[in-house]
Amino acid sequence: MNEILSQLGLNLFNTCRDFFPIAVVLIGFQFVVIRKPLTNPRKIITGFIFVLLGLVFFLQGLDLALFPIGKLMASQLTTPEFLGTQSRDTTLTWLTYAGVYSFAASIGFAAALAEPSLLAVALKAEQISGGTIKAWGLRLAVAIGFGFGLALGTFRIITGTELYIFIIIGFIIAIFQTLFAHKSIIGVAFDSGTVTTTLVTVPLVSALGEGLAQAIPNRNPLLDGFGLLAFASLFPVIAVLGYAQIAQWLSNHSFLSKP
Amino acid sequence: MPKNRFISQLISSFFDLAPILAVVIVFQVLIIRQPLSNVIELITGTCFVIIGLTLFIQGIELSLFPLGESMAYAFARKGSLFWLLFFAFCLGFGAAIAEPAVIIVAKKAAHIASLHHVIEATADAEMYYALGLRLTIALSVGLALLMGVFRLLKGWHVHYPIILVYTCIALISPFAPHHIIGIAYDSGGLATSTITVPLVTALGVGLATAIKGRNPMTDGFGLVVLASLTPIIFVMLYGIII
Repeated sequence: MNEILSQLGLNLFNTCRDFFPIAVVLIGFQFVVIRKPLTNPRKIITGFIFVLLGLVFFLQGLDLALFPIGKLMASQLTTPEFLGTQSRDTTLTWLTYAGVYSFAASIGFAAALAEPSLLAVALKAEQISGGTIKAWGLRLAVAIGFGFGLALGTFRIITGTELYIFIIIGFIIAIFQTLFAHKSIIGVAFDSGTVTTTLVTVPLVSALGEGLAQAIPNRNPLLDGFGLLAFASLFPVIAVLGYAQIAQWLSNHSFLSKP
Repeated sequence: MPKNRFISQLISSFFDLAPILAVVIVFQVLIIRQPLSNVIELITGTCFVIIGLTLFIQGIELSLFPLGESMAYAFARKGSLFWLLFFAFCLGFGAAIAEPAVIIVAKKAAHIASLHHVIEATADAEMYYALGLRLTIALSVGLALLMGVFRLLKGWHVHYPIILVYTCIALISPFAPHHIIGIAYDSGGLATSTITVPLVTALGVGLATAIKGRNPMTDGFGLVVLASLTPIIFVMLYGIII
């Protein structure tokens, strides 16, 4: 218990230090450039204290729960006993690790569906598109994209393929989709990719990547653990652009077929 | 009243985390079927995460959101392009340098670099490398916001800068050293996770509301994307130069 408390104290100090630059920017501009008193200083100061305390607890919780869970799952899903093989021999192919892919895909899918800021973006998108794009359809598309992206990312770590090949192919697909997509949906589609990398998913996904790179033979745990986040923010974009096109095509189609 | 809001926020934080916990529990119980080692620590940690999220979100709604929006509004009314762009740059820079996820990864990256003999394997050299990486990411988030705000003011379409940035990334990737690519690609997602997103969203929405002829719904989007893509380019360049 004492250990946790002293950790919390240390975290508080570190968080204050990390938060310092942004506080300087905001206060500096407020007083030097805008030169107006704050409208509600007490509320804003309370808010800042909340943010600091929240970060302290959150970072402590990450160390105690989310990081260990991510690493633990990665190592448990890759043990020889779980895979049903006797030793870590070379006969293991990428297909052996189906448990890892399904775990990555389900985490991504569940996290994206539950993401509150995604719901907000989805509702805005429904308004912008005049109902052609449904809010739940968009959320489903992001969730599928996120889940697929993470699964593909773990596949890359397991096979040890070059990261940028996947990403550049993804970029090319996204650019082509952008050229043919309706202009108003593009901003939403690209934002939905960044919406999925949140406070909760980022540490979990990084821990999963690191744990996998540690557990798979012949992977450098420091090097190959990276890259999952890049997949996680690219594939939702492709999925949303794809969904928008299908939705548009369907609505055009139904217009044409009506007498 | 604030107490009620706190409790309802606590509940909604729990529901944010619930699907992830559910997936973990289902996998543990049905598929892995092994006893967990330190359950108490995991449960304490999860409670800490929920409390932390609650306080953080409450705090953001009380401070960062209204502050960011009112400042964006004030700058737009001031009508000075220079100060607005300067503010956007400083905001991005300050937010990214404060981002906790970036700090953790910068340290890891410095360690990797020393293992690959890119820098000397001393604590000092690692510290400078990590600081340099953080400054690079912060600089690129600042630049991205500057570009994004400029785009917002001019009313250009969001896909031109995105395609430009994508092309740059694709062209630089083959020349970047192997050990930096993973970090570079992840740095964008890291830089836009905790502090940056709420501030940048507030800035975008505030500006789009304040400027005539801009729709906060369509023009407010797109700032975060640039902030998450630009660091990729600059971190790769950092890796090439060092």
